[in-house]
Amino acid sequence: MLGFSLPGVRVPHRKTTAHMPAVTMPPPALVTIPMQQHIGAPATPIVKVGDNVTVGQVIANAGGYVSSPIHASISGVVKAIDQVQLTNGTFSPAIVIASDGEMTPCPSLAPVSVTNYDEFITAVRDSGAVGFGGAGFPTSVKLDIKDTSCVDTILINIAECEPYITSDTQTVMADTDYIVYAIKALHQFLNANNIIIGIEKNKPQCIKRLSVATQELSYVTIKSLPSLYPQGGEKVMIYNTTGRVVPEGKLPIDVGVIVINCTTLAAIAKYILTGMPVVSKCLTVDGSAIASPKNVIVPIGTPISDVIDFCGGYKAEPCKILYGGPMMGIAVNELTAPVLKNNNAILAFDAKDAAEPKTTPCIRCGKCVSQCPVNLNPVLISKAYRNNDTAALEELKVNLCMECGCCSYICPTKQPLVHRNKLSKVMLRNAKAKEEKK
Amino acid sequence: MSQLFISASPHIRSKNTTTRVMLDVIIALMPAVVASFLLFGGRSLLLVATSVATAVLAEFLFNLICKKENTLYDLSAVVTGILLALNVPVSLPLWQIAVGSAFAIIAVKGLFGGIGQNFANPAIAARIMMILSFGGTMSVFHYPADTVASATPLAMISGGAERMLPDTLDLFLGRYAGCIGETCSLALILGGVYLLIRKVISWHTPVAFIGTVFVGSFIFSMPPVAEILTGGLLLGAIFMATDYSTTPITKSGKLIFGFGCGLITLLIRKWGSYPEGVSFAILFMNILTPYIEKWTVSKPLGGAKK
Ligand code: SF4
Ligand code: SF4
Repeated sequence: MLGFSLPGVRVPHRKTTAHMPAVTMPPPALVTIPMQQHIGAPATPIVKVGDNVTVGQVIANAGGYVSSPIHASISGVVKAIDQVQLTNGTFSPAIVIASDGEMTPCPSLAPVSVTNYDEFITAVRDSGAVGFGGAGFPTSVKLDIKDTSCVDTILINIAECEPYITSDTQTVMADTDYIVYAIKALHQFLNANNIIIGIEKNKPQCIKRLSVATQELSYVTIKSLPSLYPQGGEKVMIYNTTGRVVPEGKLPIDVGVIVINCTTLAAIAKYILTGMPVVSKCLTVDGSAIASPKNVIVPIGTPISDVIDFCGGYKAEPCKILYGGPMMGIAVNELTAPVLKNNNAILAFDAKDAAEPKTTPCIRCGKCVSQCPVNLNPVLISKAYRNNDTAALEELKVNLCMECGCCSYICPTKQPLVHRNKLSKVMLRNAKAKEEKK
Repeated sequence: MSQLFISASPHIRSKNTTTRVMLDVIIALMPAVVASFLLFGGRSLLLVATSVATAVLAEFLFNLICKKENTLYDLSAVVTGILLALNVPVSLPLWQIAVGSAFAIIAVKGLFGGIGQNFANPAIAARIMMILSFGGTMSVFHYPADTVASATPLAMISGGAERMLPDTLDLFLGRYAGCIGETCSLALILGGVYLLIRKVISWHTPVAFIGTVFVGSFIFSMPPVAEILTGGLLLGAIFMATDYSTTPITKSGKLIFGFGCGLITLLIRKWGSYPEGVSFAILFMNILTPYIEKWTVSKPLGGAKK
């Protein structure tokens, strides 16, 4: 329907785990469950040290409207309630649970009856679902729209465009029924008559599975997207499937679209149908230093090191460990950092893959400009950043940068372009804050 | 384990490097170098070798004296050396090409801060310097097979001797008098196609440049085919007007740049005293590049119109 899609870059796929169904990891000795696993207020703990908890039991209530409840991911005893440092460097209170090795499910878990919109939103909220694909925005808030008529399209994001990662693929294959149930619920309770499944065409098995499963649902269309990173970027997907442009400072809903990740949908359906909230996450564990790459279902709060041990440990000295994919993931130095709800991969690289390329002078080839999906000019942004020119940064719309990393990836001189964009955003924010103080 | 490496995303990079880009340009120039040998004989290879050797040596010494990092690995000096040599007549004394080549690297590139910083294309600026300083030897052209000097096709056109033009096939294969690398259109087009396939250049500048000259020739009643196949137009449009440092970064900027080059080339050819005009056109547009860039800042997707 659209003449062309937005630019992007052809990253290597390296999806070696694409055909490895997820295996469930045995409970670790200890989980550390942060109260801040979502955008918004941290959850408020409702258990004390020494309490016995079971899998799926609420251990912290949502700390406000924009927040999400948190559940015990293993059964055992609450050992501590502490501050922990998260992978992004911030601190959050966390509940530490020592496992009893039983994984006893919470006895009060039961299917939830959902018959209308309000009950649906409550269920979504109670499930603990957050945006699994990205920043962890509470899903209940995203779906809580006062007037369902202002949304005409719901987009289900199965792009999974980051190299290595195949955890969404596994979820689609294993939880097809849950996803279909959730699609029906969105249709019924949000009056969504146009549900588009956006899926990168390098996942034919998922496309086939979903086409069959949604055959009878006339309101569902499956759009296969080119394998061009970053198809999964919210704005990119909205443009490539509907042709709509989300203006600066606006949300998808302002153009009548809601985007939901497929794993988030599966989690909501699982909660409604079985009563089990979000207590685990499917992760892809891969990279040149991992002995046996796998897709693993991991209890939330499991230390990264335990997950790696479960995958056979290292086959080469790990020099860089990533939380997330290679394009947008964070390099971590603390292997005790816990797995969070919005984590979808752990990658460990050997010395060769971890080596930083040498930066040479910019040759003005223009690749960073022509490959930016949102048509920014990273060369000028870098220049404005070096000159401390916040007016120019604003003019260049650096805030529209989605930090996808295409520019840095493609740059022949290996300029740290995204990184400068991130710093530029901070510079702009600080400058604005200062102005307001005056 | 203790020294885990922390760095900003992305954690994978494309294999592309400056060296790879320049290597592609060198590969793309090879057909033209071979053609110059076939058409003009062994002396053209001597010119290319002298030019490249001087460029490389000049860059090495310049960096050494200025205590800068050695940048020979990026191969850009080699590209400049080849390009300059392709832009001179076969009879040029070797010391003159050496002077031109050193000028390109030191005065036009090095003194402005090296790769990516220079505002003028080194090969173009050096060629113009040579036309002005070595006018006598820079404007004597030989037919490939002949030993006596003869007129270039453009000189024939501006001299009103259009009927003496070689036929189109000869123009296409380069069998006429001119600079050693500019005459064989076939070789230049091959190189251009390679650069497009390797995505080293985009089509915008060459198409706008050549297209403007082609269409403009009709308007000014000049022979369009001869205008685009001769006078270094293809060499300039494909290899020099697409130089990264000295031309606009954005697509619309590239179109404007190519259009401007084409227009100035036409004007110089029609009314100027140098029949060729391509080098002057590119140099002039190089100077305008910063302004073109200002007018053509890309419009970000979703950049709210206030
Ligand atoms: S991609 Fe890199 S070298 Fe090319 S213009 Fe952008 S910053 Fe410069
Ligand atoms: S400027 Fe931002 S949005 Fe554009 S390619 Fe770079 S990281 Fe992606």
